[in-house]
Amino acid sequence: MLRFILRRLLQTIPVLFVVATVTFFMLRVAPGGPFDEEKRIPEEIVRKLEAHYGLDKPLWQQYLIQMKNLLRGDFGPSFKYPKRTVNELIADAFPVSLELGCYALLVALTLGIVAGVIASLRPNTASDYVPMALAMIGICFPTFVTGPLLSNYFGLQLGWFNPGGWFFPEDRVLPALTLGFYYAAYISRLTRGGMLEVLNQDYIRTARAKGASESRVVVRHALKGGLLPVVSFMGPAAAGLLTGSFVVETIFNIPGLGRFFVMSAFNRDYTMVLGTVLFYATLIVLLNLVVDVILVWLNPKLKFE
Amino acid sequence: MSLLRCRTVQCRLCVLLAVVLCAFPFLTGCGKRHTRVETGIRDQILHAGNGTDPQDLDPHITTGEPEHKILMALFEGLVTEAPDDLRPLPGVAERWDISEDGLVYTFHLRTNALWSNGDPVTAQDFVNSYHRMLLPELGARYREMLYPIRNAEAFSTGRITDFNEVGAKALDPHTLEITLHSPVPYFLSLIMHNSWFPVHLPTILKHGDIAERANRWSLPGNFVGNGPFVLKEWKVNSHVLVEKSPTYWDRDNVKLNAIYFYSTENVDAEERAFRAGMLHLTKDVPQTKIQVYQQNQPHLIRCEPILSVYFYRLNVTSPPLRDKRVRRALALVIDRELLVKHVTRGGQVPAYQLTPPGIPGYEPRARFSEDVALAQRLMAEAGYPNGNNFPGVNILFNTHEGHRAVAEAIQQMWMKHLNIRVTLRNEEWKVYLNTTQSMDYEVARAGWGGDYIDPGTFLDLFITDGGNNETGWSHAEYDRLIQEAARTGDMKKRFELFQKAEDILMDEMPIIPLYFYTRPTLIHPAVRNFYPTLLDLHPWKYVYLEPPSS
Amino acid sequence: MSVAAELPNLTPPDAIEAEPGSSLWLDAWHRLAKNRLALISAILLILLAGACFIGPLVVTNTYYEQNLALGATPPSARHWLGTDKLGRDQFVRILIGGRVSIMVALCATFVSLTIGVTWGAIAGFVGGKLDAVMMRIVDILYSLPFTIFVILLMVLFKDFEARFRWLEDYGIPFNLLLLFGAIGVVEWLTMARIVRGQVMSLRKQEFIEAAHALGLRRRRIIFRHMIPNILGPVIVYTTLTIPAVMLLEAFLSFLGLGVQPPMSSWGLLIKEGAEVMEEYPWLLLFPGGTLGLTLFALNFLGDGLRDALDVRASKD
Repeated sequence: MLRFILRRLLQTIPVLFVVATVTFFMLRVAPGGPFDEEKRIPEEIVRKLEAHYGLDKPLWQQYLIQMKNLLRGDFGPSFKYPKRTVNELIADAFPVSLELGCYALLVALTLGIVAGVIASLRPNTASDYVPMALAMIGICFPTFVTGPLLSNYFGLQLGWFNPGGWFFPEDRVLPALTLGFYYAAYISRLTRGGMLEVLNQDYIRTARAKGASESRVVVRHALKGGLLPVVSFMGPAAAGLLTGSFVVETIFNIPGLGRFFVMSAFNRDYTMVLGTVLFYATLIVLLNLVVDVILVWLNPKLKFE
Repeated sequence: MSLLRCRTVQCRLCVLLAVVLCAFPFLTGCGKRHTRVETGIRDQILHAGNGTDPQDLDPHITTGEPEHKILMALFEGLVTEAPDDLRPLPGVAERWDISEDGLVYTFHLRTNALWSNGDPVTAQDFVNSYHRMLLPELGARYREMLYPIRNAEAFSTGRITDFNEVGAKALDPHTLEITLHSPVPYFLSLIMHNSWFPVHLPTILKHGDIAERANRWSLPGNFVGNGPFVLKEWKVNSHVLVEKSPTYWDRDNVKLNAIYFYSTENVDAEERAFRAGMLHLTKDVPQTKIQVYQQNQPHLIRCEPILSVYFYRLNVTSPPLRDKRVRRALALVIDRELLVKHVTRGGQVPAYQLTPPGIPGYEPRARFSEDVALAQRLMAEAGYPNGNNFPGVNILFNTHEGHRAVAEAIQQMWMKHLNIRVTLRNEEWKVYLNTTQSMDYEVARAGWGGDYIDPGTFLDLFITDGGNNETGWSHAEYDRLIQEAARTGDMKKRFELFQKAEDILMDEMPIIPLYFYTRPTLIHPAVRNFYPTLLDLHPWKYVYLEPPSS
Repeated sequence: MSVAAELPNLTPPDAIEAEPGSSLWLDAWHRLAKNRLALISAILLILLAGACFIGPLVVTNTYYEQNLALGATPPSARHWLGTDKLGRDQFVRILIGGRVSIMVALCATFVSLTIGVTWGAIAGFVGGKLDAVMMRIVDILYSLPFTIFVILLMVLFKDFEARFRWLEDYGIPFNLLLLFGAIGVVEWLTMARIVRGQVMSLRKQEFIEAAHALGLRRRRIIFRHMIPNILGPVIVYTTLTIPAVMLLEAFLSFLGLGVQPPMSSWGLLIKEGAEVMEEYPWLLLFPGGTLGLTLFALNFLGDGLRDALDVRASKD
């Protein structure tokens, strides 16, 4: 298993290299640059700014410099925030998104799996339809609807929480629920689907026939197979959750990383885009590795290969 | 535990689910606490929404309005704005003399003006700041604001390298002489802009090179300013906190103890924060909420005109729009009253000229009025009777709910009255900028706000090959009038030249003015000395919080 | 330790192998026809799609005609589902918006079922180095900045627009093709990962090993034995992809890709409705409700399909 993990970690290197290279060139080909604004800057100032950030050099040279800096773990200065480096901005924003993401993950997994399991045990009855109908509503009304709704109701009508901001511990609740509900809807559907598949399997019937209690059947036998689709889905989903959601962060005014993903692309903040993208890529690869480890753990017949 | 008494798995899971759901409200205390607005009034701490996240707090590098508002708290220029009408009041300069020809300004600096580290503010500080602003290596975007100074442009473009030749001199530590290359009647209004603010050079040099953009002198802890407030916190995507400065010369008249400037990029979130008592002031109001507030709580909302115009650029190099008659026809069939009343709905003023109203001495004159019959006749004369043979026209706008609504309404008006094919295209901001700059459009949405109160800030746009012209339009007489106005010191004669230029612009119609912006703001009744102003600027030193007596 | 390892597989699905090739699908069809809920759902979906494509041609109101003075009004006899801020009839706008949304959904479903399922099945089945390479490619595609990609896509293909102008006569703007392209690049990734996970765990099951022992070709094993056995999660995830991609389309419209006003889509209508839900709730409820209705129908149909195609149930 250790060898498997090591080998996978080594695979991260080519992935990051390809992502960095492709992103670098995509950014330079995309129209608009970091210095374009509504009130045009005179040409010679643009040239000065470009020289300042080394954008006047030939593209291949810029690429090599960028790669060299990346190897040292230095993403460079942000174009949008001239006084700060990309490393600092990510270091400040990631803990926020991570914290929110963890709460949301907790909400999503608890609600999703519980609802999915309940629905799958008695398919096509009320205990199936009610949670699944809720899930469906959750999918149709995504975060940009539930966010303002929760903020309006719990923040303004009931006054239990602040409608936005990230200053007090209770400010975590509404965004975590908003984000969690959306993913819970997905997870519950996937859990139900996976569980139904497994509950039909012969070994479950056999286990039941042997007189195993229902809870033992579910927890010991069925969940292991039934959660497979959820586990596969959670790799990229968790990466998305932990790096923050643009929508939720803007609705609740949270200084997280999710905003940088979208805003840096809109601002053509080259270094910031590269920084966030590589950060995300690392997380994707690592979480998918975790997922693969869990897949093997859930199915002892598989071996690390 | 009831959980244990459940026999079936479903039952247990249901209970678990119910517990999780019910637990959330109780995870936190639900007791009523004082809102930020209430504690703010008690402690004289203003909580203000400030729009887009500020990029920098270095007055030579920033370009945006959100930054400008924060910088007004952190720095003080030679003259400052009056809170109600922005007329120039003494700032660091106690008084000033203007030479007969209007070319030499002598500022007498007050002796008790101090930087936040205790150093006195001297005339040399201003000279040093202008020097830095104009350094070609710094690449300051707003350095053109300083170009009225003699030789400033030559220095900043590298034609001369000796800063002593530039018309800014410290005659003694408290006397500053600025020599202009031609009279600028609005000069005092111009130097209130943050590009003219002094910076503390020793602090800048302590943290790096003078022309280094990443010089960290403007971060909290390093920061030195001369304004009524000093920088305490600056958290990206969250807020900037400034506190009353103990060294400011007029500190006894500064009533606020601190100001929080929150980054509020989402206007709906900002409005919710206001409703929840988290903000005294907002930067903006969601379009659909404007009317709701106006009807139910008119004392909380203001919709005051600002010096900004919303217009459509026409690409006069694209075939159908090359014809002036077509351009006029397009302008004549737009029902602007309907547009501002039912589409934008924020009290905007229909525009029949480019320059917004409100500039003292510059009378706004409507150059045309809606006339569908005339428009149809013009189209027929241009060879498109009832829209026949017309190749169609595309309206480009940057993605924004409001711009789209306006474009959709105008699309309908053009299709209905002129019977022509009109398509719409929205583009992401930077792509849109790229497209308009490369003139790869037919009709494009645009907006323009004045940096200072003068018609020139609008009419200068459309000189031949002007950097912001972007219509391909060129008119020799127009250019001549604008140039002559720039050389004229006499306000009245100057404005008459501008009026003539505007006549030409509105006759040729390379742009279609639509409406003049308003700035909707939600404001708590306790906020005092906060007046609507044309540039939407509010000197913070006068503002204080006091709940209405009733 | 799973019980599965100790138990013999009572009904090896290989048994189907003996029957004529078409019977698997024919059987499934018969079973589906017997499932009332699924059948109603299917009919509902067809009706909805039909209404979207034919409806706007029949109804008197048009999706673009404005009544600025009227503005947003709640449902009335003249406007069944009310009007939007520009006074346009929402009923017709939902119908016309369905066109793009349905096309987008079909495109995403197609991509995710073809590329996603095949990619995941091959990676999971073959394993080893090939699996590593294929899955790292998926990781790379996950990571690339989608916003920039879309902007690039639009710019690079701008010059081709003129050549495809004739498509507009058939109501398909060139932009829509690009939209399909953008969706095609990303909408199969998660499906591939899910399928791979399922296939990997199936691979070690007895009936697959038996098929190997029988000397069946790999392609046959994948398509005849693996895929029918993972249909459950595949169908569920497909039904989840559809609303997600309809909302993604709204984001892409923001970047200028996809429909241009006054044309709309369900995603856009929901997004606009969300912004004014306090003042004009019907602008959110009706498009959201339409999407919800579609989704419910899709789910019941999906469940029906899954049951119908369930190879194990079929032999009971």
